Amino acid sequence: MLLDIEGLSIDLPTPYGGCRVVRDVSFSLRAGQSLGVVGESGSGKTMTALALMGLLPDGAVVSGALRFEGRDLAPLGEAEMQMLRGDRIAMIFQEPMTALNPLHRIGAQVAEPLILHRGLSKAAAWAQAVKLLGHVRLRDPERIARAYPFALSGGERQRAMIAMALSCGPKLIIADEPTTALDVTVQAKILDLLAMLGAESEMAMLLVSHDLAVIARHCRRVLVMYGGAVMEEGPVEAVLGQTLHPYTRALMEARPTLGAPRGERLRAIPGAAPSGPSEPKGCAFADRCPLALEACRAEPPPPLRLPDGHSVRCIRVDAEGRLT
Amino acid sequence: MFVYVLQRLLILVVTLAFASIVIFGVLEVLPGDAAQTMLGASATPESVAALAHKLGLDQPFATRYAEWVGGAVRGDLGLSYAYGSPIGPLIWERITVSGPLALLTMAIASAVALTAGVYSAERRGRTGDAAVMAASQFGLAVPNFWFGIVLVLIFAVHWRLFPAGGFPGWSNPWLALKALFLPALALGLVQAAILTRVTRSALLEALNEDFMRTARAKGLSRRAALWRHALPNALPPILTIMGLQFANLVAGAVVVENVFVLPGLGRLIVQSIANRDVLVVEDCVMGLAAFVIALNVLVDLAAAAIDPRLRAGAA
Amino acid sequence: MTLALSAKRSRAGASLRLGALLVALLVGAAALSLVWTPYPPAAMDIPNKLLAPSFAHWLGTDALGRDVASQILAGARVSLLVGVIAVGIGLGFGVALGLLAATAQGFIEDAIMKFCDFTFAFPALLMAILLTATYGPGVINAILAIGIANVPIFAKLTRSAANGVLAREFAMAARASGRGPFAIAFEHVLPNIAPPLIVQATIQFAIAILAEAALSYLGLGAQPPLASWGRMLADAQAWMYVAPRLAIFPGLAVALSVLGLNLLGDGLRDALDPRLRARR
Repeated sequence: MLLDIEGLSIDLPTPYGGCRVVRDVSFSLRAGQSLGVVGESGSGKTMTALALMGLLPDGAVVSGALRFEGRDLAPLGEAEMQMLRGDRIAMIFQEPMTALNPLHRIGAQVAEPLILHRGLSKAAAWAQAVKLLGHVRLRDPERIARAYPFALSGGERQRAMIAMALSCGPKLIIADEPTTALDVTVQAKILDLLAMLGAESEMAMLLVSHDLAVIARHCRRVLVMYGGAVMEEGPVEAVLGQTLHPYTRALMEARPTLGAPRGERLRAIPGAAPSGPSEPKGCAFADRCPLALEACRAEPPPPLRLPDGHSVRCIRVDAEGRLT
Repeated sequence: MFVYVLQRLLILVVTLAFASIVIFGVLEVLPGDAAQTMLGASATPESVAALAHKLGLDQPFATRYAEWVGGAVRGDLGLSYAYGSPIGPLIWERITVSGPLALLTMAIASAVALTAGVYSAERRGRTGDAAVMAASQFGLAVPNFWFGIVLVLIFAVHWRLFPAGGFPGWSNPWLALKALFLPALALGLVQAAILTRVTRSALLEALNEDFMRTARAKGLSRRAALWRHALPNALPPILTIMGLQFANLVAGAVVVENVFVLPGLGRLIVQSIANRDVLVVEDCVMGLAAFVIALNVLVDLAAAAIDPRLRAGAA
Repeated sequence: MTLALSAKRSRAGASLRLGALLVALLVGAAALSLVWTPYPPAAMDIPNKLLAPSFAHWLGTDALGRDVASQILAGARVSLLVGVIAVGIGLGFGVALGLLAATAQGFIEDAIMKFCDFTFAFPALLMAILLTATYGPGVINAILAIGIANVPIFAKLTRSAANGVLAREFAMAARASGRGPFAIAFEHVLPNIAPPLIVQATIQFAIAILAEAALSYLGLGAQPPLASWGRMLADAQAWMYVAPRLAIFPGLAVALSVLGLNLLGDGLRDALDPRLRARR
């Protein structure tokens, strides 16, 4: 097991005291696997990703176990995390426009982790960087390496970011909304690239996104989060196919579909996602759930384990997917 | 980059030309008669006319301007009325004092500002930051000539560590530097205060940028990320402000040189004004303006050297 | 985010209060000096020269027996006068120029802005020295010089702030409804650009006081019998070895006035910041 998260909770400091933005999240990931984390803004998915990198904002309190390659990351100090970041665990971010330093050449930025973690000389690291840029399917990688970020398109920049993340051959790559800021046509290409790279190097991928379609196409397993808690987890076909959890069902139903009759309204989920200090005692989705009962608000629902690693946290659903 | 340099040089020449016209105009278009003023009210009309003719004051504006510029380009800056000697060497002698003073001042101010600015930005919102900000407020408020006097009181009168004024010449570089140290501190205080604030705010902005997160994600420590990624991005605005501040530095030097009785350009200007030595004042002010303008061009070039977007005109 | 804003607000409040207090002291001193000072500021009393501070002379006397405290009070008058008029000139002409640039746009705007940039190479002090050299020393020339130096600063600020306002929808709506450019300038633009102009005015006021002090120190500013802090410092320098305290008080007066104005400006900037205001 490459990654084993158990009972992860994250509290962020606010003037009004601590605010729990991630509560009791558990999941695991094997080498070479891809796991998608889907949820709205404020669902805690980005915080979970940042916790793995140890890049949470100052003052954040983390509880639970974050086991990576058997080692708990939570108690590790900054110096030890620095050794892991960029080397064993890499992360790519949403905005390729601003995620690269405008003053350094692309080649230098891609080479930086190699110099830092592998002790390569500048020249050797540069040569390797050019190779990496070619590997991510950039045409004329020599020219790209010498160029500055402002001269590249969004898609090219994101590929460069991927090259940078891959440079030291990480075991886990975390992609936080990697294609949200890109054109639709470019999105697919980037995601395919990530999948290909993952397949050929046994690299595990954690793909965080609000876009169900992206997750469905490129991940084997999916984690559905809402209000900082896990709602449902399992193989993509099972979770999105059976739509057991009310939230998962609502997400699927809210997508616009081709071939729907004209004039039909999109099914939005009523209410708004929680943001800020709201500490529900029970299920995080209870306030907006059409099936909510009093019991739902009493305490967080326990996971109902189904075959194939599929688990649902809802007291209204049974093993056959029927309403209780 | 080459094209950019050429462009800036062209603008430099145009600006200098414009500046020279303005300076010449302000000083030459005096109310009343310059020659009359120089000789005083009791002078006879004949002697005034003679002096006017000797100084070429009875010629039209354009001719006088052309002669002035032509002379300057040839290296002949005219004769000082008060000293009776060529102005060129006179100014050069003064530059050997004012130039190093300006450099020393900027060096001290930049060193202080960089340290304090980084320190302050790293500790944003905490006591260290507040202390630096309060100190910079103090630095902004204190008049440089008063600070100079206070420095003299403490370090020259009370503890005889530095000279209270005067300049011993460059034959002994150590003594010369000692003579320039207190004046550089006096001039540098306000510069350091301004630059500290600018460094802090430019750095804070850079620290907030997305590429900082990428740098951390690569495994860089906070400190390494700050120095390698944030600071270079913060430099262009800092450099720009430094360039703009040079004009104020020059103005401040005029006063500080008087405090410390330094035989620099600033004192020359003030003395020449008192002596009604118009040509000297013209040449000095033109020289200072040229220096400031040229320096700003250098600053622009430096910023372009750091930031590739400026070179390409894409920013 | 809220934490940072509330801390900022309390710091701004402290700045504002302290700044306002110091500025009030300045204005109070100037006003007081108009009706009363312990001694006439220009009254010389040679037998009583260079006295240390005492009950009779709170801050002592200078080399000509003049009471230092009275001179400090009277000096406030000159500093205030220079500040008010110089900033007034700067605001008056600068805002007009800036509004012209913003509404005229195109070539006129560019020309005006280039001209302003160019004048930044001539600091106020240098210009003031030139002017007083040409036209003679004195308070009036000092004020004029500093005032003229202020014009491009306010012009640039006005133009950029005005451009921001003019691009917003209510201004476009006004134009669409047929209001002329002057009406729009007065009714819509001016009230909205007032905050940054006010803040800059306090900064320029402080700079004016510093410039006047420097000019007077060089003998080019306020002439005797007009009391001026700068000239007091010049006089004090000659007696540095005998009575160093003479140099402390006038410099302190300048520093406190400038500090007060800067703090006031900082406090006002934060107080007028729309982000902070929305939270109330």
